[in-house]
Amino acid sequence: MSSPGPEQDGKGDRDVGKRTPVAVGLDGRWAAFPRSPESIIPLLQEVQQREGFISEQDCARVAEHARAPMSTVFGVATFYAQFRLRRPGRHTIRVCEGTACHVLGSDRVMEACKELLGVDVGGTTADGVLTLESVRCLGCCSLSPAVMVDGVIHARVGRKEIEKIVADCRKDAS
Amino acid sequence: MKAVREIRVGLATCGIAAGAQAVYDAVVREVAAAELPIPVKRVGCVGMCYGEPLVEVVAADGSVNRYGHAQPGDAAGIVGDAVAGGAPAGDLAVDSDDFLGRQVRIVLENCGCIDPESLEEYRSCDGYRGLERALREMTPGEVVAEMVASGLRGRGGAGFPTGTKWSLTAKEKASPKYMICNADEGDPGAFMDRSVLEGDPHRVLEGMLIAAYAIGASLGYVYVRAEYPLAIARLKRAIADARSAGLLGERILGSDFSFDLKIKEGAGAFVCGEETALIASIEGKRGMPRRRPPYPSTSGLHGKPTCINNVETLANIPWILRRGAAAFAAYGTETSKGTKVFALAGKVKRSGLIEVPMGMTIRDIVFGIGGGIQNDGELKAVQMGGPSGGCIPASLADTPVDYEALKATGAIVGSGGMIVLDQETCMVDVARFFLDFTQKESCGKCTFCRVGTKRMLEVLERICAGHGTTADLDRMLDLGRKVKANSLCALGQTAPNPILTTAAYFRDEYAAHIDEGACPAKVCKALLHFRIDAEACRNCKLCTRQCPASAISDGDGPYQRIDPVACVRCGRCKQVCPFGAVEVTTGRATT
Repeated sequence: MSSPGPEQDGKGDRDVGKRTPVAVGLDGRWAAFPRSPESIIPLLQEVQQREGFISEQDCARVAEHARAPMSTVFGVATFYAQFRLRRPGRHTIRVCEGTACHVLGSDRVMEACKELLGVDVGGTTADGVLTLESVRCLGCCSLSPAVMVDGVIHARVGRKEIEKIVADCRKDAS
Repeated sequence: MKAVREIRVGLATCGIAAGAQAVYDAVVREVAAAELPIPVKRVGCVGMCYGEPLVEVVAADGSVNRYGHAQPGDAAGIVGDAVAGGAPAGDLAVDSDDFLGRQVRIVLENCGCIDPESLEEYRSCDGYRGLERALREMTPGEVVAEMVASGLRGRGGAGFPTGTKWSLTAKEKASPKYMICNADEGDPGAFMDRSVLEGDPHRVLEGMLIAAYAIGASLGYVYVRAEYPLAIARLKRAIADARSAGLLGERILGSDFSFDLKIKEGAGAFVCGEETALIASIEGKRGMPRRRPPYPSTSGLHGKPTCINNVETLANIPWILRRGAAAFAAYGTETSKGTKVFALAGKVKRSGLIEVPMGMTIRDIVFGIGGGIQNDGELKAVQMGGPSGGCIPASLADTPVDYEALKATGAIVGSGGMIVLDQETCMVDVARFFLDFTQKESCGKCTFCRVGTKRMLEVLERICAGHGTTADLDRMLDLGRKVKANSLCALGQTAPNPILTTAAYFRDEYAAHIDEGACPAKVCKALLHFRIDAEACRNCKLCTRQCPASAISDGDGPYQRIDPVACVRCGRCKQVCPFGAVEVTTGRATT
């Protein structure tokens, strides 16, 4: 993260939009977001929703739009667990590590995922198909252990279910 | 034909995860195919998670037949029953009398009964009557006084009296004032806020409107976890409908009161449940708590007076305004009035979301409502209050749930997670689990929380690996007391609770790990030994093929053996062995 924030070049930040008209707002999607630091988190969420992750260039664009230093935006992006700074795989498996899931064996589910994918938590398979993540609690404590695959919750999973999920994701990608 | 009022299918996140959408579709198809005049309604969660997917046939007289674990293939039978007046049988019969009969439902009054996406349905259940009463018959001061009289305390964890919080914000002169709903439900093991937002979103809006009127706020935020997409969608729908109906915006219900609100999606930081961190997050900053005072009631969002209430707290308010403070205060104990919603989960037979009067004992909840322990096991402890709470041992199961009684045990009511633990749960591992959580979620501002939780976690990891010493344990407990005393916000102040309570009530389990290298619950992998009983082994080699570490090979006779050095203790051999020949032992003496 070395590109300068908008305030580091000594000019008033009101000129930012004029100097780089192409970079800001893209196709006007950002027009609804106020040009103040309050927009940093919603903008980062918008970028991630669209791109799947947040690149260094995205951070710079958000900084310009929200009239905040790049360091502030990067600080926010790294503080919150939701934001990814690396491109994820086509599918994401999120293993719930909440209390109920933990006492009902989520560690075995996680072990199975790591073994079948050959990656650690946060990693993406070499073919770019699958990313493995953990999540604090999906709020489905009565269906433990649970995993979320691309936004869909699978209840009471064991090794067999994980094998099927992984196979389905791979089949879908090939 | 028997008169049927409606058929309900529970379609909250948990119901959908259990497959309720396909069941709903099938029921709709069956009703349409038979050309029956029965409405099929999608509702939120009635709380009977153990019976999901759940279908309810409601007769004209209000009586309900409940079908649990329903599959799409059961739809024809259920619809047939509805017409013929039949009752669920076999696998579909789900025991609900003990589970529902012992509850008192204020917050969950409508959850699982009404269509959460219908403003009309909410209004038909006296929805927005509380707001009408407040706006038409009461001054803001009278609303605050009603709240003080009800004795309602904050349900998010701290238990601060809601009426006091309102009166502090109400007396501030600065404007604008803000009303914030804290829906950043981060405690692992608690899901009542999600369930209320998914099952009865208008109730939360009504609570916010009444609060805003009482304190004089003109703008509000609902700060909700991004991990709850369905709750956000239903809330958005409720806000849009309320706005069209004149319940949000300018001059609400023809009064002089104007209020509008926005949704802010949280980005995944547990500490943002703390009010000053939550405010920082809405302002677009890193969610780090700051020193109080000034309290948010004086200087909150953008430096203006701000009142923050939790979802469950707000969901109580319409009921209190409709029925009066005295009716609410009639439930509960001396210092804890009303009801509390608990998320009952873990090793309990009937898990789900329950609402009970304050003062019910843990035993009545676990055995009366929850039906006891899975596989007829033994109750070992109940973990209450999530990472900020503690473990209450079975010997204290007659403790009533109220703020003061639970605090005396070292645990807290907290947000209401109640995880039931049995003999197969290792208490040292539970403490390690929670500390791992708080250590990762510490925002890093206070040294004791940032470094102290890390050091305590390292000690726990050593103990779980069989390398701990008694001196280690004493140092950790001493450090725990220091972390409590020297942290700015509740996250650090309560982070040591899981350790302090487990060490107080289950000291012998720590001692077994340290002195004998044994994990009595057989959970801590490093302390387990796997071996194959040569007598029981039939030499089928299923385990050998499944072993990920290639640690199993031919023994000296017609049996397999495990190389203890190569074994990674994954337990797969034990799972696959058809003859129960794999034995697991723990402790140094058996190596």
